[in-house]
Amino acid sequence: MLKSFADYLVFTLIGLVPGSRSGEALDFFIYDTIKIFLLLSVIIFIVAVIRSSFPPEKTKRMLSHKREYLGNIMAALLGIVTPFCSCSAVPLFIGFVESGVPLGVTFSFLISSPMVNEVALIMLWGLFGWKIALIYIGSGLLVAIVAGIVIGKLRMERYVQDYVWKMQVGNTGITVMTFRKKLAYAREYTLGLLKKIWPYVVVGVGLGAFIHGYVPADFLARWAGPDNIFAVPVAVALGVPLYSNAAGVIPIVHALMEKGMAIGTVLAFMMAVTALSVPEAIILSNVLKKPLLATFFGIVATAIVIVGYLFNAIL
Amino acid sequence: MKIEILGTGCANCKTLYANTMKALEESGKSAEVVKVEDIPSIMKYGVMSTPALVIDGQVKCSGRLASVVEIMGLL
Repeated sequence: MLKSFADYLVFTLIGLVPGSRSGEALDFFIYDTIKIFLLLSVIIFIVAVIRSSFPPEKTKRMLSHKREYLGNIMAALLGIVTPFCSCSAVPLFIGFVESGVPLGVTFSFLISSPMVNEVALIMLWGLFGWKIALIYIGSGLLVAIVAGIVIGKLRMERYVQDYVWKMQVGNTGITVMTFRKKLAYAREYTLGLLKKIWPYVVVGVGLGAFIHGYVPADFLARWAGPDNIFAVPVAVALGVPLYSNAAGVIPIVHALMEKGMAIGTVLAFMMAVTALSVPEAIILSNVLKKPLLATFFGIVATAIVIVGYLFNAIL
Repeated sequence: MKIEILGTGCANCKTLYANTMKALEESGKSAEVVKVEDIPSIMKYGVMSTPALVIDGQVKCSGRLASVVEIMGLL
C-alpha cells in the first residue's frame, strides 16, 4: 500500500518516468522514509512501555552476585530491555560493580545494551527484513556474552579506577510507575527520540536513494564483496566514529549491500557503529583504567570481525 | 524546599532543570534548586540512570525526563 502511494506520488502527480534514475531514486526515498517513520513511531512506543518495567535498579538486583556464564547470558538479555543512554554509563557501571555484579557480567550488559537497541533493529527490519534483524540480535547477544566472559576470565578488577570500589552507593527504592505514567513516559520518550534522529533518517535514506538510483550495480562487489578479506576489519574501523547515527547509517548500508557489499561485512559494520564509539570510550575512561578500556575495545572489535567473517562465509 | 537535579550534564539533564524552573514559576512556589553533577553525590542517592529529580532528599524520578505538569504535581 505504501509502495503504491509512493508510486502514485512520484510517477502520476510529479510525473517522473518509471524506470528513470531520478524517478526511481525519489520513489525509493519517499517509500523508505514513510515506512521507517511509521515503524519507528509504533515500535519505539511499545519498547518504551516494556522498558519502563525494567529500571536499571531492578536489573542490578537480578544480576548481583550471579556466576559467570549464566550471569553473562542474563546480562546480555537484560541489556535489550533495560533503558540505557551512554550519558548514564558511569553511574550505571558504578551501581553494578558496587552491588556485586561481576565485572565480566557488567561488560556483557554494557556491550549488549547499546548494540541491540530498538532503533537499529527497526531500521534493519524495515530495510533488510526480519531475518537479518534476527541474525543481528542473535550475533549481537553472542558478542556481548562471549566478550563479557573473556573479560571476566582476565581478572581485570584492578584496572577499574580505584575510587569506584570506595564509592558509597545509596539505596533508592525502585519507583514503580502506574500504567498511565508508563504510557505518558513512552509518549515523551518516542517524541524525544524521533526529534533527535529524524534528520539522520532523512539524510540517510536520501543518500541511500541516491546510491540506489545512480551508483551502478555490483560497484562495490570487487572491494566490499565476500572475497576481499580486508573488507570486514576496514568496515569495523570505519564504524567506530559513526556512533549514534545508526538511524542514518543503516539506509546507506542497505543501498551499499545492493551494490555488492557482503552481508557479513554489513553486519560487522552495523555492530561497530552501535557498540563501539569514541564518546563512550571517553565516558568510560572515568571508571576504567587504560588497559581495561583497551581490552574491552579490542575484544569487542575482534568478536565483531569474527561475526563478519562467519556470515560472509555461510550466507 | 530543596530540589536537586542529578546528572552529568547531558541534554536531558538541562531540559529537566528548565522544566523544574518552569514548574516552580507556574505554581508560584519557591525552592532552592541545585544541579548535582559530580558522580559521588549522584551515587549517594543510588541513582543509576540520569537525569534524576530529588526533592528534599527523596528521589522522585530517575532515568527519564519529567514534564512540567508532573513536576508541579510533585512540588
